Amino acid sequence: MREVRDRFLALVLSFGVLLSGGLAAAQTYEDALRGFTADSFNDTDAAISAVAGSGHAMAAVLIQALQDERLLFDAQDKRVFIRDASGPLLDAATGKPIAGNAPANLQPVRLNNRLRRSVEAALGSLTLVSPEPAKRFEAAQAVFKSRDANALATLDSAIAKEVDARVKKALIEARAAIVLGKADATEPEKLAAVATMRERGDHDARALLSGLSDDQPVSVKRLVADAISTIDSQLAMWSVVQNLWYGLSLGSVLLLAAIGLAITFGVMGVINMAHGEMVMLGAYTTFVVQEVIRARMPWLFDYSLAIAIPLAFLVAAVVGMAIERGVIQFLYGRPLETLLATWGISLILQQAVRTIFGPTNREVGAPGFMSGAFELGGLSITWNRLWIIVFAALIFVALLAALRFTTLGLQMRAVTQNRRMASAMAIPTNRIDAFTFGLGSGIAGLAGVALSQIDNVSPNLGQGYIIDSFLVVVFGGVGNLWGTLVGALSLGIANKFLEPYAGAVLGKILLLVLVILFIQKRPRGLFALKGRAVEA
Amino acid sequence: MITRRLIEAPDGRGWIFLAIVLVAAVLVPLLHLLLPPSSPFHVSTSVMTLWGKYLCFALLALSLDLVWGYCGILSLGHGAFFALGGYAMGMYLMRQIGTRGVYAHPTLPDFMVFLNWKELPWFWYGFDWFPYALLMVVLVPGVLAFVFGWFAFRSRVTGVYLSIITQALTYALMLGFFRNNFGFGGNNGLTDFKDILGFNIQSSQTRAALFALSAVALALGYVVARMVVQSKAGKVLIAIRDAESRTRFLGYRVENYKTYVFTLSACMAGIAGALYVPQVGIINPSEFAPANSIEMVIWVAVGGRSTLVGAALGAVIVNFAKSTFTTGMLAPYWLFALGALFVLVTIFLPKGILGLMPQRAEPAGPNGSPANGRVAQPAE
Repeated sequence: MREVRDRFLALVLSFGVLLSGGLAAAQTYEDALRGFTADSFNDTDAAISAVAGSGHAMAAVLIQALQDERLLFDAQDKRVFIRDASGPLLDAATGKPIAGNAPANLQPVRLNNRLRRSVEAALGSLTLVSPEPAKRFEAAQAVFKSRDANALATLDSAIAKEVDARVKKALIEARAAIVLGKADATEPEKLAAVATMRERGDHDARALLSGLSDDQPVSVKRLVADAISTIDSQLAMWSVVQNLWYGLSLGSVLLLAAIGLAITFGVMGVINMAHGEMVMLGAYTTFVVQEVIRARMPWLFDYSLAIAIPLAFLVAAVVGMAIERGVIQFLYGRPLETLLATWGISLILQQAVRTIFGPTNREVGAPGFMSGAFELGGLSITWNRLWIIVFAALIFVALLAALRFTTLGLQMRAVTQNRRMASAMAIPTNRIDAFTFGLGSGIAGLAGVALSQIDNVSPNLGQGYIIDSFLVVVFGGVGNLWGTLVGALSLGIANKFLEPYAGAVLGKILLLVLVILFIQKRPRGLFALKGRAVEA
Repeated sequence: MITRRLIEAPDGRGWIFLAIVLVAAVLVPLLHLLLPPSSPFHVSTSVMTLWGKYLCFALLALSLDLVWGYCGILSLGHGAFFALGGYAMGMYLMRQIGTRGVYAHPTLPDFMVFLNWKELPWFWYGFDWFPYALLMVVLVPGVLAFVFGWFAFRSRVTGVYLSIITQALTYALMLGFFRNNFGFGGNNGLTDFKDILGFNIQSSQTRAALFALSAVALALGYVVARMVVQSKAGKVLIAIRDAESRTRFLGYRVENYKTYVFTLSACMAGIAGALYVPQVGIINPSEFAPANSIEMVIWVAVGGRSTLVGAALGAVIVNFAKSTFTTGMLAPYWLFALGALFVLVTIFLPKGILGLMPQRAEPAGPNGSPANGRVAQPAE
């Protein structure tokens, strides 16, 4: 009920202001011009306010001329002229070029620092009537911040003329901000303004409301308190949504890094400490692809990632299979030794990359569709993060389908569940191992392409993710992709929710401790494999 | 009884090892202190300090071999216990600086004055008293290992899972110690030590004494480890390594044995850290880095797992190679060499250098586990 009343009041109010404002415009403008001819700073200041507040079509041109010191006056005739940027002299009252010769004793209107500030404020409010919606929007935002009471009349006329809904909303909000700051605003006006602020509902609106002076009428005070609590709950909700989004983004990165690890660990029971280096190889493949494209065929740059994706997969998969055939196959049944040997490989790979590409970060550019950001309600979403989430989801689904519907997938699942039985069923477990390792490494390479967009491409790229991805695998459980998904997302989201309270580092420590405690409870992770194979 | 077990503890190799270490403990300090620097047999301060460092690493490797070689617990977080012992000693040394720090504050170490702290945090109390610091050197790593081990082993976290969470443990500690408000000097750690028990820490005599102490500690550590391995509990440990479920079914409380050996090993690592810090003159959070802890494992693997002597030998060899490599023009290739060492040793030298030598009847090696052939079980 109250809301309806508020809206009605607001409507009546703005209508009334409009009527009086519109009629008076021409008259005030003409009168105001005389102030410039007095050659006194005080009169000039008053004139600036009056012109800016008149809503006259020439106002913006005139104030702009004043700022550029192109505004001239004739002290005898009490007339004001604008010297146009291209030369001719215009009559400030009409905006038409003057007939005949220019008067002899023209003087420029002088400014001091105080006046320059007034001029700037006036210009800000005058852009409100600019023909471009984007400019008007910006001006409205500026007025919202400056809360310059002189802009009120201009605002009113601008609101009346505005057709763009977004700009109109900004204009009304700016007006409300001014009304709230004005000492002589009436109670209904203030109530309407508070309602507008509640509608806006962001940090600025809250700051404005909580910063109001204490001498408000009771009804306004009550509405302000009400609006602040509404805004607070809205802001709290948006911050939850934002944390969720950041967590989702981190979770998708973790998923990309960990999913390959989960496959190799699930199928072969070995921890591949060189997994992070496969990620790094993928990132460096992207770098090399972009270098070649930059040097040879720059028009392809927007497709560089699309080219890098299969290449990174291939490079990492080949290296991974070489590692499996060259080292790991001799170490089956000795998972701890495998861990050490793959650690050695990771040292070698890192040092090799450091020798070839140098120890410093390499620049990997973002194609057009991945740069920039857009607003969604109260949060800003960057395109690269969004694409990485999509990419991770695609890989996850593709992998799920591959395991479910291909022969290789079927055999991999069989080996995961019971290696000896699978072998007895004529599944070539050796070859499956090699393919699995290739697949897992290839996916790590894909993760590298994605990470090259958000992280520094350096020889240490993989190291930063390896412990986190281990935790994801250990937390989610082995041999189940859904476990990895849930593990990655919950670790990512938990991390981002802990950060505001505990700080980034302490949040991470807390999370590590939580995972360590969790493993006590479920030593095989969230989604443990059930069956005879487990306690073999 | 105890003396008899003491004497019976070392095997043939062990006696040679003990003899070498103890002779070094006497001879090196003497050669350093008594001979003039011009003599060809003079041992310089830097060489002695370097080898003192190796001896600390050897003790650390010994402690790691005790859990990995004899109980199958691959700890990738032993650097944490080493560093904690080192920090306990470092805190004592910080308190000894007194008013000689840059800010000349009577109680607060320099970094606390710098951070504008007004009083000593409670966990720094007592560290100006040497016996208390010594107690903490053993107690802090021991209690951490006991609590951690008790939780982990009770819920049967084994194999690579355990390795990963020990790695996470040292990683978490590293992140924590890097923070200034943790109260341990943040990034820079503890350094600028002046004296220990009233002796100047830079002087030749103190250095020589520290070297001798490290050697004696290594010898004692070896004897203790050997006694543990030879004891009845030690046989159970080996049984656990080779067939954990079977040992449990035979009625042994596997988790108790594991916690016992893990805690003992952590205490030894802490002592090694405490001897290491006064010799190198600094302790900082990078000692907690997971990579360090993994490197320790390769020392054991190079020398020979479950031999004890081999672990100490491996630590000395790898670190000697590292010092030689990284100071010369070969420095960029050190990581290649280290990586290759990891791969080659695990594939071609599963029993390490000592495995190359002919040996008498020893307990079954790490690969003696039954019915394990080429079959990798996913979750074991």
